[in-house]
Amino acid sequence: MIEKTVFELSAEGRTGFQFPDLDVPSYELPQDFLRQQLPLPEMSEIDVVRHFTRISQKNYAVDIGLYPLGSCTMKYNPKINEEMARLPGFALTHPHQPIVTTQGNLFLMYTLQEWLKEISGFAAVTLEPAAGAQGELVGALIIRKYHHQNRQVGRKNILIPDSAHGTNPATSSMVGFDVISIPSDSRGNVSIEAIAPYCDDQLAGLMLTNPNTLGLFDENVTKVIDMIHQAGGLVYGDGANMNALLGIVKPAELGIDIMHFNLHKTFSTPHGGGGPGSGPVGVTTTLKDFLPDPIVTVIEEGDEETPPLFGFSHPAQTIGQIKSFYGHFGVLIRAYTYIAMHSADGLRNISEMAVLNANYLLSKVRQKYTLPYERQCMHEFVVEGVWDDVPGIHALDIAKRLMDFGYHPPTNYFPLIVHEALMIEPTETESKENLDAFAETLNRIADEARLNPELLHSAPHSTPVGRCDELKAARDLVLCCWSDNLSE
Amino acid sequence: MEFPAELKYQKTDEWVKVVDDVAIIGISDFAQNQLSDLVFVEFNNESGDKVVKGDAFGVVESVKAASDVFYPVSGELIEVNNSLADNPEILNKDPYGEGWMLKIRMSDPTELDSLLDWESYQQDTRDR
Amino acid sequence: MMYTPHTKNDVEAMLAAIGRENIDHLFQEIPEKYRFPKLDLPKALTELEAQAELQEIASANATTKDMISFLGAGVYDHYIPVAIDSLLRRSEFYTSYTPYQPEISQGTLQAIFEYQSLICALTGMDVSNASHYDGATAAAEAVIMAYHNFKGKRNKIVVSRIVNPQYRKVIHTYTQGYENISIVGDDAFTDSTLNHQELAALLDIDTALLLIQYPDFFGNIYDYRQLIEQAHAYGALVAVSVNPMSLGLLTPPGEFGADIVIGEGQPLGIPLSYGGPYLGIFATKKELVRKIAGRIVGQTTDVNGQLAYVLTLTAREQHIRREKSTSNICSNQGLMALASTIYLSLLGKNGLKQVAELCYQKAHYAADRISRIKGFSIKYSSTPFFNEFVVHCPKPVSLINLALQDHLILGGYDLSQEYPELPNHMLVAVTEKLSKEDIDAFCEALEEVTQ
Repeated sequence: MIEKTVFELSAEGRTGFQFPDLDVPSYELPQDFLRQQLPLPEMSEIDVVRHFTRISQKNYAVDIGLYPLGSCTMKYNPKINEEMARLPGFALTHPHQPIVTTQGNLFLMYTLQEWLKEISGFAAVTLEPAAGAQGELVGALIIRKYHHQNRQVGRKNILIPDSAHGTNPATSSMVGFDVISIPSDSRGNVSIEAIAPYCDDQLAGLMLTNPNTLGLFDENVTKVIDMIHQAGGLVYGDGANMNALLGIVKPAELGIDIMHFNLHKTFSTPHGGGGPGSGPVGVTTTLKDFLPDPIVTVIEEGDEETPPLFGFSHPAQTIGQIKSFYGHFGVLIRAYTYIAMHSADGLRNISEMAVLNANYLLSKVRQKYTLPYERQCMHEFVVEGVWDDVPGIHALDIAKRLMDFGYHPPTNYFPLIVHEALMIEPTETESKENLDAFAETLNRIADEARLNPELLHSAPHSTPVGRCDELKAARDLVLCCWSDNLSE
Repeated sequence: MEFPAELKYQKTDEWVKVVDDVAIIGISDFAQNQLSDLVFVEFNNESGDKVVKGDAFGVVESVKAASDVFYPVSGELIEVNNSLADNPEILNKDPYGEGWMLKIRMSDPTELDSLLDWESYQQDTRDR
Repeated sequence: MMYTPHTKNDVEAMLAAIGRENIDHLFQEIPEKYRFPKLDLPKALTELEAQAELQEIASANATTKDMISFLGAGVYDHYIPVAIDSLLRRSEFYTSYTPYQPEISQGTLQAIFEYQSLICALTGMDVSNASHYDGATAAAEAVIMAYHNFKGKRNKIVVSRIVNPQYRKVIHTYTQGYENISIVGDDAFTDSTLNHQELAALLDIDTALLLIQYPDFFGNIYDYRQLIEQAHAYGALVAVSVNPMSLGLLTPPGEFGADIVIGEGQPLGIPLSYGGPYLGIFATKKELVRKIAGRIVGQTTDVNGQLAYVLTLTAREQHIRREKSTSNICSNQGLMALASTIYLSLLGKNGLKQVAELCYQKAHYAADRISRIKGFSIKYSSTPFFNEFVVHCPKPVSLINLALQDHLILGGYDLSQEYPELPNHMLVAVTEKLSKEDIDAFCEALEEVTQ
């Protein structure tokens, strides 16, 4: 069913919202600056509500079913988090309010900083970055500034494994580094031989995702980190896969110097159809003065009778402000609630069940799907979505066919180092029955690929739309309701 | 997959046709096949610019990839194929003919010696 | 509280299936000395206890409900129609992922397409992306886009000092890795208030971008046409930072020559929430569409010829271009863009004009009354303004605001923090939420605390 756009549903004279009458005298409007036309839709409230309700029903979501996207950690989003983020006591606070009027907010942020420090082992944490990619930018800028402060401006090389998320090299370029891609070895670890030649005075650092995007824990992690440190470089940890490590290991103890967290992955804050996320960053003592400005701190210690006074401080060598204000506070409330309700045992249980689920699911599908690296996985695994004896079928076809069975496909074509990759992360909130059902479907599709490949090629059949013409979308750009063809 | 014998090639998949002191340049059939349907072509320089072998001369963009393309020779850029802006699919249909991308008046024709002949280039594409 | 559904039997069966004795055996690859650290965290709360604790934390704040607020400076306390949150709470919207699989994400994709279209309508531009993190990062992305547009041949960015100070700081942070870029114009010695010619004097053929704000950070509305023409004469691009609510009333920048429009979308149905999450608006002309960072949704058809929406121009993005992409942005502000889409649809052309006018009139009433208080004057009294204005006070703003707190009033923003050349100057913002009684109470309190 095609749903018209809000512009097409508009009818002249209709209104969806009324404001109270003006209760002050009327002043002259600035005639020279008044706009002549405001081409926005005119809809009644019922039309707006129906329109957005109907289009929402075309979406798949975690609340509907399994969403096995590798490295996205599509776990259940607890509803209590949604309630707490909406408390008026939080939602109606203006970021420019004097700090004495926002001690609740500052307490929450300070405590969350402390908890993230405890979970990761880092000495200091900033909650300011808006998303993982921004956290990476903070990390890269800190590395750059650190070397500049030490008068080592020649350190331009950032080593990035070929399995890394695209944001890693993109971020490095934004900061002026030269990206050196490091291959993985036959066991999926970062290749030590490939790293060694770059361990010199031009090395700025290494960006490491561990477990990596293959879902594998790097067997040489402490050695690799040591090599980088010996050469005077820093190690940045991409914390996207932290869901495997809660209560299992503290990344700072492995030697990582800087790491970002994805609150919208590991800490259950919702993905929102593409955002908002939140990407706090933890650093070692050596680097804490470089953190973005400002940081939440205790300004005055408390005692038995009075609580401490919380406020903001400015790190002495700060890389600067990375976005407006202090971070995605609404998202931070959700993460705070989540950690408060789990504590140490709950967090460790998350990682244990996440890793158990992934290994269990892998065991159920590995007869029919090729596993490129013969190792136990962590919280996710990658298989090939292709078979030598069925040359016409690709990962894309498997992905599209999964939708016919009511599943969101796993991540596909990433990481780039696995041919026709299917990256599968069930998360810890899936039950054994769900995993069994999903495995059965994947195996069934593998059989269909041989017996009736057309079902895969023509999939999906049961979704609101079929396969979309992305070529047409890129050639005949229609990005706005009324400019029909931008490539004219 | 075509590899016209009279052309020279680079490992980065550009071809060169020499007419007197002018080099006509485009991307190979192998390249357009890898990229699949092209949606956009962008040039970094304009006619009159001095250009250097090895520098990027633009980007060719398809739905799933965007690739830099590189000057195989140095010299003065004398012409850019402007019809590619509106019809990038010409690069797919006729990469060696209508799909030519630019013309350079060479400043150092000896640079042609380091380019590959069709057999070496074909072998190179097989090795990848 | 555990959201993991595993029973003891489940765990046993699963361990057996993978041939492991116990859970710990799954973590043998972790170096032993670092394995299973003890995390010192407070005892886990149940949902009931969590509610009590968070409620207690929240009550240690004073809100814009407890106090009458005249704070603006980039984000504003506007009324949010309740229909918005009831739609945002639909889990199909908020528990879904980025719409990389269009067949099962048409809800999100159509909503973003509508968002893009509404932003174009509001700003007068041809194309919008799916949003940046906030106004400040949108400004930084505009600078980077302009720099790449000229392929490094132009290195100068001219920024007006009356652009939001946080935006200017974020621009400096984002560009510190681009060693050739120089940012000029935002020092205290270049007056970009009344006399734009000092700013214009900085323009030259090395300028990639001129960044100005409308209304500016002090709330003032200027005719930028001549300044923009001067920038264009040098071949530079012009970015205009806007308060989108003001565009319910004012001529949009697309109609006076802007190449890029950026801004903070928070006024459009997004709660104050102590600083975020907010919404970075980014719109531009069609000639620059391939230079835009961030996600974009386009219309197309599916295999059955049916209208469908997809993410498009993805070849520019980080997951394909990697180190060659011009920005690392991955997430947009999906749910916040949805909130503003619903807000603009609900209010529509009449509602947005109405709320903008209410803000305008109430602010002018406040300015009028304040100007009559002994010791107070309106600094830019002959310049038109939208819903914010600068008041010259008889005492430091920090002292006034401290005293106002006893009256349960949150006074306006203290400009001396960011503009040392303006001590004792307060930036007062008024929205449709404030009544005449609220404004009168403010004026009476101002008088009382300064006599």
